[in-house]
Amino acid sequence: MRVAREHFKSPKGLPVEEYLTPGSPLCAGCGGLTTLRLMHKVLGENVVIVNAAGCMTLLATFPFTPLKSSWLYTTMASASAGAQGVRDALDILRDSGRLPPQEDLQVLVLAGDGSTYDMGLSSTSSAIHRGLDFWYLCYDNEAYGNTGFQLSSASPEASHTSTSIDLIHQRKKDLFEIWRAHHPAYLASVSAHDAVDLAEKVERARSLRGPKLFLSLAVCPTGWGFDPEWGDELAHLAVETGVWPLKEAVAGVVRHTYIPNRFRPIADYLEPQRRFRHLFQPHRNEAVLAQMQAEVDAYWAGLGTESTLTPRAPETEHAPRV
Amino acid sequence: MVRQLLTGNAAAAWGARLARAEYVPAFPITPQTEIIETLADWFADGSMPGKFVTLDSEHSMLTAAGAAAATGVRTFAATSSQGLVYALEVLYSVAGWRVPLVLVNVSRGLSAPITLGPDHNDVLAARDTGFVQLHAETCQEVLDSVLLAYRIAEDARVSLPVLVNLDGFFLSFTREPVEIPEADRAREFLGDFTPVQPVFRASRPVAQGVAVLEGGLYSYFRYQMHRAVQNAVAAHTAAATDFERLFGRRYGTIESYRLDGADVALVMAGSFTTKAKAAVERWRSQGRRVGVLRLRMVRPFPAAEIAATLAGCRAVGVIDQNLSPGLGGIFFHEVAGALAAHQVQPPVLRSFIGGLGGKDISQAEFDHVLETLESAHAHDGPHEAELLFTRTEWDQVRNRLALAGKTWERSAT
Repeated sequence: MRVAREHFKSPKGLPVEEYLTPGSPLCAGCGGLTTLRLMHKVLGENVVIVNAAGCMTLLATFPFTPLKSSWLYTTMASASAGAQGVRDALDILRDSGRLPPQEDLQVLVLAGDGSTYDMGLSSTSSAIHRGLDFWYLCYDNEAYGNTGFQLSSASPEASHTSTSIDLIHQRKKDLFEIWRAHHPAYLASVSAHDAVDLAEKVERARSLRGPKLFLSLAVCPTGWGFDPEWGDELAHLAVETGVWPLKEAVAGVVRHTYIPNRFRPIADYLEPQRRFRHLFQPHRNEAVLAQMQAEVDAYWAGLGTESTLTPRAPETEHAPRV
Repeated sequence: MVRQLLTGNAAAAWGARLARAEYVPAFPITPQTEIIETLADWFADGSMPGKFVTLDSEHSMLTAAGAAAATGVRTFAATSSQGLVYALEVLYSVAGWRVPLVLVNVSRGLSAPITLGPDHNDVLAARDTGFVQLHAETCQEVLDSVLLAYRIAEDARVSLPVLVNLDGFFLSFTREPVEIPEADRAREFLGDFTPVQPVFRASRPVAQGVAVLEGGLYSYFRYQMHRAVQNAVAAHTAAATDFERLFGRRYGTIESYRLDGADVALVMAGSFTTKAKAAVERWRSQGRRVGVLRLRMVRPFPAAEIAATLAGCRAVGVIDQNLSPGLGGIFFHEVAGALAAHQVQPPVLRSFIGGLGGKDISQAEFDHVLETLESAHAHDGPHEAELLFTRTEWDQVRNRLALAGKTWERSAT
């Protein structure tokens, strides 16, 4: 079940312009890069990207940049404060007649989950609190990917990272809800697999003034351990299993933009990934898999009053084990 | 021109106002808070156009400041102590962006133990960041240095952030008569900000702060920054000449106080230099040939001028209001290096540590310093840095230790 689409009916309707040109030092199959490419297509070219330390920091490596837009690398913790400075300066120049409207820019923070969920949270919380008019894209690959895939507070239960000590008890922070508690103008989770849903959300947010926040599950072949050619299928499975809900919140009111009619079992999503291999080899860890399935089921079962697109009870292909 | 009794904090705020800073990101910290409160009032009542915004930390504050400067707006910020070191990463970043802005630091000792009184360990932690540094002695100099700082920062030969330092409490909260320049004269001294670095505009995309992964290229950019900081001497000289013409006050990279024909020189920075000058007046009236060299521009370090000024002295004593644990006084080693590099070898060169955490340097301690320098000989052998302390202060320390239940078995010497 999906919400009615207002701006884009199919991938063919997406803008043909590209602002992220081929040729970057990022890994093959990087889901974050695809998300940025798609989002940029809809945002248009007049963008300054304010970057926090992470994988994407290597996009602009002197003297090269694959972007047709502007770029400012800040630090790991303060990209949203950098966005504040750029936005405020543009406003000061515009309001005093020194910046013609056609020279104005949209400000986009680009940060990974390490920055977003951890040390960058303070500066972003503060920017949302001030109602800063900016875009934020978090490419969430669920670990510190750029440094060799260490545990972040976005790393999900049972996922192996290079610094996981207690795989079973680690939990992913619910950043969507943390952000939502700030009442940003617009907030959405997106997937590079569903380009139309992503484009719709960018377009719906465009007219809103204030923080416009996007959280994208970024498939990561090197960190998650799968062949890059399976990236899109994994992104698809994350949505179809219900692990990665596609939703949005306008002024704090949540609406799911896609709810699978039949949820695939989460093992379908987990098993192809090396980071979850220990759940399947040498023996299938039924207890942990059941626990993880139950948590996903509980999420969807718990939806109701807060969602304008009320989900039905999940129809998983297997009965949850108790 | 108006002459008013102003605190150092108010003088700093007036500097930002007369510089027509349009953007002030802020975060409160004692003893700097009066600066941002004053500026907030002026933005609120319209006497300063632009935007004042409160951030979640000094780290964010300085990021916003650098980003606004990189977009082409004249920017001012202020902090102190823990705030400066909390923002330290960003000091390096924005200097690397080569953007001009002015940051006022109100010096205060660093935690732990947490304290409020001033010393220079906070500002000297920022000495390697690429910021130009000016250290003020008086409230007048605070205001004037903020104006001078913008001229240096925005000079095409420099294009770097500048830090203006004043001592907490002794300047920040002390009222002194300050001449406030008239706005049109200030405008004559400091024109509108015309960025020399590329700024963010839709028609001209630019990548700023990009990664550099080759050591050679990194060395190139870092050394370029070093040369740009060095250019601040020439930029300061040009600005100071204009400043003297317009306002009648003259500033150098260092201040020589009664050093003509001096046998003994004290080297200091900041507001405590005023105490040293009082001692010099007293000593000079006794016929002792002694003067003070005040370090005003700390980065770039005016090594040649320091060496030339101290060339005729028999004894030089550096009083550091800072302590690098395991090394000693920071300025002592910088002055010693400057002298060695310029082949100036005063027979006596001694290091003193005083005024940590706002501890007073009494006239008796200055007398001790002078007597030590006068009685020292060229071949006395190596001497460690000497911590200045009075008997009264030592008794007070013992009293506090006793109250804390700490026994003191040996008698103090």
